[in-house]
Amino acid sequence: MQKNLNGKIALIIAILVVFLYGIFGIPHGGLKESITRRIHLGLDLRGGTHIVLQVKTAEAVAASSDNDMVRAQDAVTKLAPGARANKPDPAQPVIVVSGVPQTNMTAVRDALSATQFSAYDLASTSDGYKLTMKLAEVKDLRERTLETSIETIRSRVDSLGVAEPVIQKYGLGEDQILVELPGIDNADHVRDVIQSTARLEIHEVTGGPFNTEQDAQMQLQPDSVLVQGGNALGDQSWWSLKRIAVVQGPDFRDARASQDEAGRPDVSFTLTTGAGDRFYAYTSTNIGKQMAIVLDNKVREVANINGAIRDQGQISGGGFTKQTASDLSLMLRTGSLPASIVFLETHTVGPSLGATSIRQGVIASVVGMMAVMIFMLIYYKGAGINADLALILNLVILLGFMGFTGSTLTLPGIAGVILTIGMGVDSNVLIFERIREEIRVGKNASAAVFGGFDHAWTTILDTHVTTIVSALILFFVGTGPVRGFAVTLMFGLLANLFTAVFVSRVIFDSLLQRKTRGEALSI
Amino acid sequence: MELFRDSNIDWLSKKWLFLGFSLIFSVAGVLSMLFWHHIPVGIDFKGGTQVRVSFPQPPNEEHLRTAMDRAGIHDASIQRLNGANGYEAVITLPETSDSNSDSARATVVKALATNYTDSPSKVEDAYTVGPTAGKQLTRQAGWAILWSLLGMLAYLWFRFEFIYGAAAVIAVFHDTLITIGAFSLTNQEITLTVIAAILTLVGYSMNDTIVVFDRIRENLQLMRRATLSEVVNKSINQTLSRTILTSGLTFLTVLALYLFGGEVLHGFSFALVVGILIGTYSSIAVAAPMLVAYTDWRSSKGKSTGLQTGRKATA
Repeated sequence: MQKNLNGKIALIIAILVVFLYGIFGIPHGGLKESITRRIHLGLDLRGGTHIVLQVKTAEAVAASSDNDMVRAQDAVTKLAPGARANKPDPAQPVIVVSGVPQTNMTAVRDALSATQFSAYDLASTSDGYKLTMKLAEVKDLRERTLETSIETIRSRVDSLGVAEPVIQKYGLGEDQILVELPGIDNADHVRDVIQSTARLEIHEVTGGPFNTEQDAQMQLQPDSVLVQGGNALGDQSWWSLKRIAVVQGPDFRDARASQDEAGRPDVSFTLTTGAGDRFYAYTSTNIGKQMAIVLDNKVREVANINGAIRDQGQISGGGFTKQTASDLSLMLRTGSLPASIVFLETHTVGPSLGATSIRQGVIASVVGMMAVMIFMLIYYKGAGINADLALILNLVILLGFMGFTGSTLTLPGIAGVILTIGMGVDSNVLIFERIREEIRVGKNASAAVFGGFDHAWTTILDTHVTTIVSALILFFVGTGPVRGFAVTLMFGLLANLFTAVFVSRVIFDSLLQRKTRGEALSI
Repeated sequence: MELFRDSNIDWLSKKWLFLGFSLIFSVAGVLSMLFWHHIPVGIDFKGGTQVRVSFPQPPNEEHLRTAMDRAGIHDASIQRLNGANGYEAVITLPETSDSNSDSARATVVKALATNYTDSPSKVEDAYTVGPTAGKQLTRQAGWAILWSLLGMLAYLWFRFEFIYGAAAVIAVFHDTLITIGAFSLTNQEITLTVIAAILTLVGYSMNDTIVVFDRIRENLQLMRRATLSEVVNKSINQTLSRTILTSGLTFLTVLALYLFGGEVLHGFSFALVVGILIGTYSSIAVAAPMLVAYTDWRSSKGKSTGLQTGRKATA
């Protein structure tokens, strides 16, 4: 029976120490703090705000192809003055170039095959060409949009001073983001800041203000778009603006809340060097014209160009409060969102509820565990100690694993723990019942232990593998709560195979070593 | 201490009783799902807004309703409960469109603030789910469970025989159906945590069934002359003390959760209490008899009888 027993015992103790470290780290401070510092509690247990957003990634694709359409127009105008580039459906990334004289077809095709249109598939039509954005490019653009949105939201949330926010891709969809703000139970302000796309652009004004949309449509220039006035200008005005912006979101280097001469809040901005040069060239050649400052597709302000401006400017025109001015400058600093956002779900849990439910849940689980352990001792006498040790070690390993991996414990995770404990108890019961059967048949203690483990092992392996298979599938197919359940269950069952079978066996073996021959086993 | 030593119960002779019992419960549940309470899903799945508020004194339901009416919310359901933080009310608004779900929540909070100036209410929990998110969630949870059942079926097919896997999966499906039926009959809401509990029950029930099946497989090799019914009966009896013990202990744990776990965990622990009972019952009364019924049906058609014993595990 002496199978390297001391080595095995040392291994078990080493594992115990490692996972205890996983739970507590280097202990300092109270027990509770040590645990919660390593194992994050889910929002359902801790309180806070849970938001699921959807990024309208299709908008970014449409906007990108809008820009390409203007570029295509520029390219073909040089070669065939009568040709027009437009998008039959503004939402689809398809650009149709029409009205190209037959003699210029080849030149136009060469222009449209240039690298700047490499994202498109080119097909010829009767009087021109059709550019369709490649599927791979659309997918790529959507992914980039989501990534950028996550980064932008993260920097906004960080600058609002939320501790430990979670901001990540969510679900199986290609366009959802999960935002978790622990400890924040009034998230309205945070949500406003997250949701605003803060797309700030400066455009040349080509006409306006018009009182109605119809008037504006009549006067619309071919290279212009209609934009409605914002609150500060009165909602009923319409402006016709040049489609291509002079200055766009990424051109802003810095922004801060300040005050104008009258002491009203406004926002000062600074442009990047390159954009500053461009802006200087534009303003010095367009003195006397008007430019419009457009925020989130609403005209915020229209200003006359009185002289050349390089890289400093203000957005004023009233309508700011201190709060909105500081919010807007924050958004400009962190960059604009590439597409607009809708809230799919918002869940606010009061922290007191979290604390209560966690206390009750913990008390109930501890009461249940204690009852189970006491019963095992009564029913299996000496062997009950095995089962109880295995159970405790199992929990240590499970929690330690969560501490190491920085997992979050949620209510569904606790469900996983319950199933783990159930199967842990079951493994022990299976083994002990088998050992009892062997003893009844008249085998001696060590043969009974050997036989019992041998028979029970098949069953334990089957039950565990089956459940691990399903946990794996749940992990890959499910989201959120289903996933939390699957993770805990997987860790728990792996720990279980180790504690219920290996550890329990080692304890039996070391007991058998000290017994004199023929002494009965306490089971 | 020992229980159920050498029990010698003829389980299979009671199969009609079991079948009747299972049918009554499943049919009652299904009927309730179809015609009575339907499947009472929480707003997690159907979308809507739910606000939980606590008051220093018991709130008057009429008063609450008037407050909501004044704020222009006419289709709210109001439910009072004694929560951990004093007197609570849960106000649920049905499906809102994705865009104005936030405003619904704000309206409720505002209405309470203006009407309860003397005893300030405190929002404990506010919860908004857009209808599309809810639909997506329902679909995903459904698929997750379905795929994991198929995964288990595949593994059991590989380790035993197809019929073992099929019987186990049918038994688990039967448990899930009856548990959801219990929620429908008692008109309790199925929330996300209840889904987690149902996943737990699937795992538990499967575990229980495999223990019995493993023993059947082993006994088929030991008792070469016995009929399958005898083997199945003996296997159930041999594993009976383990079944009762494990289920009893697990039941003890979830009962503690049900009794002391508080209002928030109520649906969760209710599903587990029902699930453990049904899961244990089904491994004896549904899964094992199904094996016998299948072989009887095979032999009546003149095909080979007696299950093969599958591959012996190598430990």
